[in-house]
Amino acid sequence: MAQSLTHGETALPADWRDLFALTKPRVMSLVVFTALCGLLAAPGEVHPVLAFSSILAIALGAGASGALNQWYEAGLDAKMKRTAGRPLPAGRLDPQTALQFGVGLAAFSLFLMLFASNWQATLLLAVSILFYVFVYTMWLKPRTPQNIVIGGAAGAFPPLIGWVAATGSIAPLPVLLFLLIFLWTPPHFWALALFVRSDYAAAGIPMMPVVAGEQSTRRQILFYALIMAAAAIAPWPLGYTGALYGWTAVVLSAVFVLLSIQVGTRRTGEGDTMQPEKRLFAYSIAYLFILFGAVVADHWWPL
Amino acid sequence: MTDEPNLEPFDEAEYRRRQRSRANLMAWMLGALAILFFFITIAKMQIFA
Repeated sequence: MAQSLTHGETALPADWRDLFALTKPRVMSLVVFTALCGLLAAPGEVHPVLAFSSILAIALGAGASGALNQWYEAGLDAKMKRTAGRPLPAGRLDPQTALQFGVGLAAFSLFLMLFASNWQATLLLAVSILFYVFVYTMWLKPRTPQNIVIGGAAGAFPPLIGWVAATGSIAPLPVLLFLLIFLWTPPHFWALALFVRSDYAAAGIPMMPVVAGEQSTRRQILFYALIMAAAAIAPWPLGYTGALYGWTAVVLSAVFVLLSIQVGTRRTGEGDTMQPEKRLFAYSIAYLFILFGAVVADHWWPL
Repeated sequence: MTDEPNLEPFDEAEYRRRQRSRANLMAWMLGALAILFFFITIAKMQIFA
């Protein structure tokens, strides 16, 4: 449970900036972008107002998930340098406000999706919020080093929801895009976990480097990078995308695998600055942005 | 010895400033949502017409 971090009977009303920070805006930007790409890559045309409203609903749903995640993990966040400055552990916001904000935002995002789009997309959005909050945050994350692997499904939903919001049905391409983000999540988060390992250990979160050790994590980063590359390229030979996406995926995935080989095959000593891990983490974000951009570009201008 | 809670001094000016800033933001957001819902309705009427 979230720890009570209120401090005094005369607590000030929450500043809106702290409520905004609760939604994890940086994570939301990737969610919005992948959802938008899913929606734009779908066949047929969507009314711009309905497209905007659907993406807004997905963004609000992601923000609600982030807020509920921070509400539940306030105690853990306080123990980690990277997250200690967040509104709840820093004591700038009381847990009750955060909980009400998160639940209210989740409910509103579902209402907006239902109003602007269809029940299929609304159902998927509800599943993704519930999966992130209950399955990932509350169940998997504190219990198993596989938390990121299974929990990655929550972050993989946006392009699928975007597509379903546009078409009302599921097709193979958005499922492959779901699979791509699902397989991208472990190398992305484990690269981060390698250079903030002490933080996770201090908070008692069983991240892979803490439980299985650094070498095992490095091998698994490489393993997931290889199958992720296969999933990224797959839409091209399967005929769901054209050569523009195909070559972009081949080149970008080759670089991803090379960076993963660098991370996967090295050993570190005392005082290592973890530059290859930081490089892989930064590249993995750019990788996803460019690859999803290529899905849309390929749909609009097929070679 | 008892531990006295360490209450911060109540700053009414800051309290009012935050209240006002949240009220303003809420007003803008409600206005924006009213406009958005209007356009969603128009868009749906065009689609189902």
